[in-house]
Amino acid sequence: MAEYDYPPVDFETHPSRYKHWRLEVEGAVATLTMQVRDDGGLWPGRYELKLNSYDLGVDVELNDAITRLRWEHPGVHAVVVTGGYDKVFCAGANIRMLGMAPHAFKVNFCKYTNETRGMIEESSEEAGQVFIAALNGTASGGGYELALACDKILLIDDGNAAVSLPEVPLLGVLPGTGGLTRLTDKRKVRRDVADVFCTKAEGFRAKDAKRMRLIDQSYPRSRWAEGVAAFAAGVAAAQPQKKGEPVILPALQRTEHKGGWSTPLVKVQVEGRVASLWLKGPSAGPARAADTWGLQIWRELEDALLRLRLNHLDVGLLLLRSEGDAAAVLAHDAWLEAGLAAGEDFFFAELRRLQTRVLRKLDNMAKSMFTLIEAGHCFAGSLFEIALASDRAYMFQDDDGENSIQLSDVNFGKLPMFAGCSRLALRYPGEPELVTKLQGCIGEAISAEDAMGEWGLVTAALDDVDYDDEVRIAIEERSSLSPDALTGMEQNLRFGGAETCETKIYGRLTAWQNWIFQRPNAVGDRGALSLYGHPERPVFDFRRT
Amino acid sequence: MSHVDYSERIPNNVNLAGDRRLLKALESWQPAFLDWWGGVGPQVFAKNDVYLRTAVSTDAGGWAQFGFVKMPEYRWGIFLADPEPGRVIPGGDDAGKPVWQEVPGEHRNALKRIIVVQADTEPASVEQQRQLAATAPSLYDCRNLFQVNVEEARHLWAMVYLLHAHFGRDGRDEADALLERRSGDADKPRILDAFNQPCDDWLTFFCFTCFTDRDGKYQLGSLAESAFDPLSRSCRFMLTEEAHHLFVGETGMERIIRRAAQLAKEDKNGDARALGGIDLPTIQRYVNYWFAYCLDLFGAELSTNAADWFGAGLKARWREALDYTDHHANVGTRTLAQLVNGALTDTEVPLRAAMNETLRQDYAKDLERVVSVWNRALEEEGSEVRLRLPNTRFFRRQGIYAGAHFNPEGALISAEAFEAMRADWLPTDADRAYVSSLMKPVYGPGQMAQWIAAPRRGINRQPLDFAYVRTDG
Repeated sequence: MAEYDYPPVDFETHPSRYKHWRLEVEGAVATLTMQVRDDGGLWPGRYELKLNSYDLGVDVELNDAITRLRWEHPGVHAVVVTGGYDKVFCAGANIRMLGMAPHAFKVNFCKYTNETRGMIEESSEEAGQVFIAALNGTASGGGYELALACDKILLIDDGNAAVSLPEVPLLGVLPGTGGLTRLTDKRKVRRDVADVFCTKAEGFRAKDAKRMRLIDQSYPRSRWAEGVAAFAAGVAAAQPQKKGEPVILPALQRTEHKGGWSTPLVKVQVEGRVASLWLKGPSAGPARAADTWGLQIWRELEDALLRLRLNHLDVGLLLLRSEGDAAAVLAHDAWLEAGLAAGEDFFFAELRRLQTRVLRKLDNMAKSMFTLIEAGHCFAGSLFEIALASDRAYMFQDDDGENSIQLSDVNFGKLPMFAGCSRLALRYPGEPELVTKLQGCIGEAISAEDAMGEWGLVTAALDDVDYDDEVRIAIEERSSLSPDALTGMEQNLRFGGAETCETKIYGRLTAWQNWIFQRPNAVGDRGALSLYGHPERPVFDFRRT
Repeated sequence: MSHVDYSERIPNNVNLAGDRRLLKALESWQPAFLDWWGGVGPQVFAKNDVYLRTAVSTDAGGWAQFGFVKMPEYRWGIFLADPEPGRVIPGGDDAGKPVWQEVPGEHRNALKRIIVVQADTEPASVEQQRQLAATAPSLYDCRNLFQVNVEEARHLWAMVYLLHAHFGRDGRDEADALLERRSGDADKPRILDAFNQPCDDWLTFFCFTCFTDRDGKYQLGSLAESAFDPLSRSCRFMLTEEAHHLFVGETGMERIIRRAAQLAKEDKNGDARALGGIDLPTIQRYVNYWFAYCLDLFGAELSTNAADWFGAGLKARWREALDYTDHHANVGTRTLAQLVNGALTDTEVPLRAAMNETLRQDYAKDLERVVSVWNRALEEEGSEVRLRLPNTRFFRRQGIYAGAHFNPEGALISAEAFEAMRADWLPTDADRAYVSSLMKPVYGPGQMAQWIAAPRRGINRQPLDFAYVRTDG
């Protein structure tokens, strides 16, 4: 297939439109049943989604289900993920799809599925909805990685069903959806045991899998349904009750226009290799509702980022601008903070997690990002995190010092990066004391001059003589550099600080996977991934690099 | 020919005595095997003398030694067909290179899986047939059932030997698991669904041995073409035994068919059922069902596993070495009628991907021959009725035709049209109940149940009224 030759991907869906999943809620336990329609792939006719294998479309539905469980079903405390076919839970990502997908699609597909797995863990660890993988048949590759993302793994013991990571022996690639990392860091599997597991294509059945810590529990077939139900009920009962009415997420109102699209609060305009995003500030005060500005803008931004990633591979640079009332943004932040402090309603915690997640998506963009802080902007508090997440920030410096920025509490550890610390803390590796000092500036207007000179919060402050020209030159220069080198450079510079499971997955695991995805041993004419499912067998270049 | 020590507990031609590690492994597996046989093997005449054939070597005088033996004392042995000097890999990417005497590391898992799936069917059929002796239509048939049972169990031994000898600890674990799974068990079923259905009546048994064991024959045949020489030699020897199982099925069916024709002639309305026989329309429905059912066992028409295994040399086509010249098979195509936009359309598919289909068609051709033998019997009995095999698309539940409906001629029809004819084409509950009602034991030497004709001759030149099973102990 030619590069970019796939139809645009839509990231919005609804349970009523699911092709591949069933979401059933019964009391405190929800069941997500994966039953992939083999003719329901994103590119119909190009591949069949056999054996509950998945493509991006399947994962978009899963992501939607997890999101809606959070907002629309706060009474759910345990989520059972199981398969709708006999004998097979899930065979992982569809290999034919991966084999024909352009490199950039593969990379973004993996990133998206990784983010969905991360969201599953967030559900279990932070949102009081504990995910339980109920493997009713063999879980191989991405199927087992999906299970690894769950808090607990149950496997049917029928003498046949196994868990396996056959990527290395069968496909010549890695279990790149967190598999390698979660084996050792999450499930604490010894590294030599993990080595054996990851090179044994058929994997291990219940008894061995349990001994090797690959699963938590198994039940024989005759007691499977009962065992899973009792396990889930036990897990659900151990979770604290949540307060607050469900919040139904409406579909995003998007209008396409020439060279871009708009949702009520986010406008995207693509010109060549540059996309401009305008974020609109609040026009009303906060309210506990799905359409309150503080929720709506992050949902719209998330959707915009996903569309830019998958549907606009040519775009290499994002210019992020905002317009609106900074005070109103801070009012929304303060309202959220008060709600969190009250500690009652799940709505506030969920909203904070949404903001955190979308900002991490921003950190993870394989595109350069410049924030342009211009007159009339509203980059304050939570929205200023966008500037902090960017590779550079350019600020317009007016004569009166009116163009200013404001920090709030949220900038100091409430919206942590994957590494667990704030963007501000990571910003000053050599001057940690600046963070403490900046805390004293909460609520103050910081002028462009100070933002650059004193605090280093922006890359450059430019007056009206220079601003347009300097920004233009910066954009043009950036657009001329190697996109590969830029992605590599940015990903290294953005993620300072300590390693976590997530930083390893998006850094080490993903980087190696993406390297392998380019290598002839995987994707050459005789590569293992190219030839999987074809009559010929792979031929490797055995020289180690 | 290697030396065979007849006094050994495990008759063999693989020099077990010289391999202490292997001998120890197999001797420790043996008690579990005997427990298994005692628990789920034949339930009637379990400890009576049965006139059985035992293989004690692979030469002409040794592979079929007849004598009375109590089944639990049967000497299950391990035999490989004699090595072919200079044998080369018959098919796949490495065709023409020397065969492997040890498992190459890169194919270890796939080979083990192939052997385990094949091995799992052997004890499964014993379990499925465990109650049948209680309704045997004659001692001759009862003895044949037991012969099939002990030989299926010997095939299990043959596969367990390969697992023990060539697959290390994993192999031993798999060998243990073969005795832990049970046909039809809710918790530990056999791997293939076809081996989880009970075999409770003799028409089913003969269909099983004629149709399902013939699938086994073709699977063994494709493994006999393996690059892994011990597997090839093991399967070649198993094929000599499998021939008897097919004989039991083929002639069992022929005798029922012959009897049906005789009884139809005797009855004034031409109804074999009226005189206690199994009528030909019922037999045709059973043929339709079993043929379709067993075609599914060959796997998907387009299979990446099949292509991989062929490419790697793990399996090859039926008589690969003898009947083919292009042993790589990586350029050609095969024509396959596929459903495209609701219509059957001939499409060209890569030869390697269609290896299952190639084997399936060989199997179907073999059965055409069997059906013509049955039709000759009908002719001899003066019947006008002729039996036939349905099209290979009829009533398939696996592969590319599953989900659509075809008539026995292979034409695509609607679900409604199929349902309207279902009772004419496939056995009904009433058919099964009727067949079941006929199942009464006949244990007198030389006597036959009403619904089955006597065989042409006895076993090992013994007379028909020979007491093949000593019913008094």
